[in-house]
Amino acid sequence: MLSSTGHPFIFLLPVLAFVIFWVMAKFEPKPVGVTKKSFFERNGTPVAIYLIVAVAFWALFMIVLPQLFMVEMSFRPKLPPVEMGGPKDLYTFENYHYFIYGSTTSSDAINWVHIKAFFLTILASLLVALFNFALCYPLAYYMAQAARPARVRFLLLLLIAPYWVNEILRAFAFRIIFSSGGLINKMLLGAGFVDQPIDFIGNDIALYAGLGYAYMLMMIFSLYNAIETLDHAQIEAARDLGAPWWHIHSFIVIPFAKPGIASGCTLVFMLSAGSLAAPLVLGGPRSLWFTPILYDRFFQAFNWPQGAAYAFILLLACVSFVLLVLRLGRLSLGEIAK
Amino acid sequence: MSSKTVMNMMLAFYMAIFFGFLFGPLIVMGISSFNTSTYPQVYPIEGLTLTWFEKLLNDRDMVYGMKNSLWIGMWVVLLSVPLGLAAAMMMSQIYSKARSFYYVIVVSPVLTPGVIIGISTVVFWRDLTTATNSKFLYDGVFLAVLGQSSFISAYCMLMFMSRLNRFDRAQEEAGLDLGASQTQVFFHILLPFLRPAIFSSAVLAFLSSFENYNTTTFAILADKTLTTVLAGRVRQGTTPAISALAVLIIAVTVVGAIIYELVKRREDRERQARLDAAHAAELRELESIEKATLHA
Repeated sequence: MLSSTGHPFIFLLPVLAFVIFWVMAKFEPKPVGVTKKSFFERNGTPVAIYLIVAVAFWALFMIVLPQLFMVEMSFRPKLPPVEMGGPKDLYTFENYHYFIYGSTTSSDAINWVHIKAFFLTILASLLVALFNFALCYPLAYYMAQAARPARVRFLLLLLIAPYWVNEILRAFAFRIIFSSGGLINKMLLGAGFVDQPIDFIGNDIALYAGLGYAYMLMMIFSLYNAIETLDHAQIEAARDLGAPWWHIHSFIVIPFAKPGIASGCTLVFMLSAGSLAAPLVLGGPRSLWFTPILYDRFFQAFNWPQGAAYAFILLLACVSFVLLVLRLGRLSLGEIAK
Repeated sequence: MSSKTVMNMMLAFYMAIFFGFLFGPLIVMGISSFNTSTYPQVYPIEGLTLTWFEKLLNDRDMVYGMKNSLWIGMWVVLLSVPLGLAAAMMMSQIYSKARSFYYVIVVSPVLTPGVIIGISTVVFWRDLTTATNSKFLYDGVFLAVLGQSSFISAYCMLMFMSRLNRFDRAQEEAGLDLGASQTQVFFHILLPFLRPAIFSSAVLAFLSSFENYNTTTFAILADKTLTTVLAGRVRQGTTPAISALAVLIIAVTVVGAIIYELVKRREDRERQARLDAAHAAELRELESIEKATLHA
């Protein structure tokens, strides 16, 4: 199929969705005798126009259409500009084919480097999310249930402060600490634990620490918000009935805070999997991370369709992860995106 | 030792580790910016210097990127706050069967990796400007503003939604009964009620824009912002000038945080004072009614 047919079709999709919902709303049986105000009457004409224009512009031109254009581009071949829209511009799976099998000239049957980087990214992001949960849970619980309000305010301020510093600079701080002449290696050498500096950056320890650090705040806030709404009387009751502390956590607090845990883990997972700054700054020469590969599709290979295909693969992985978490936790999207 | 002291000691130990992890890297970076050694290091301190700060201010790319970042941040605030407000107000009014569909669409940018937002923005506007012959719109700053606003508006929307949840519809009805038009209700009742949310979402929008890298690095095209310049520098090699920049940013943000906190506290106090005054007035009224009924 010629790919010049794609764009008009993409512009038609949102219109179609709108018309379907509008028709559904029109034909919905209305309660007799109740006259509802129209959208314009309820908001006043100027405000109503502002609402419609703003929402339509944001939803269409900043969210939906760009995504659809990107997906559409991922099915196009790489062509010089003059041939775009020409007879060679046919929809193709070659960019996805490349992700799995690599280029036709390479000797390997399968594109192991990219596939390995992809799965390693997913796995490492999962581990970062779990590690963050373990690290942040006690503090979130303490702030939500045990600490006095004044102290909570102070702790919140302390927690937010580092996040006003640029992401790149935070990663840079980890580079200073973990580099071969950095603080940790100097301390280890000085104390005589090792006689050669450990290559923290080469074996990705710096990267994982930096990622965990970068998104700790999301986890803390998600957990804190969820645990805070738990009635303290429930914990007291359990304690009075003789429940040991780990029973209280595993049978009362954690089940109650499930939406918060799901939202914290999802956010941290997504942010790590999609993070570009930390892998660029903290990745070693042999580090495998998916986003830098994606980045190189655009800025080194200059193959935009292929980059779009890689971006779509990453997006699909993230969407599946969210759906999986929602499924496992029997939650709705509204509960985790707060 | 009682179990209570053991618990407290464990808590203190855990807190020390947690906040050590949180602040340690920043402190190390801060110290390294004052050290004379050309490689950012804390120990040994070879001498104290401010040359790294001077280098920073003479770095033309850095200063240019900084100006660009501030400019983009301003536009992101001006765009995201109104968009977020409109999207939040739309949420309760949209046809109920379409609502979850609408919600998925407007919340999706929060959960989409930043690189993907950047890429899709560039792809879309490149094709659109080529097709409509308006190449002047294919500009790094313009695309960065749009790309960043796409998810920052969603943050703002979530903040407005939680504030709107607490809005008392009776206020709106009172205004209408007293003869105000819908537009007047919006400007004189709803917007003043939303003021704290407008303020916080503007701060959040500016900060998110200023520190964003993932989306910006694609959307900015050939132009530069502070973060993209920084990323380039950090990849080339490490110099204490970068630490110096971090120290400056931390200093500015600490001052900003203190101001933000003070403003918030004053607003809280004012609100409390208003509540107290209303409460006192109510009590007086009750008392007078009581007296009147006693006399009767």
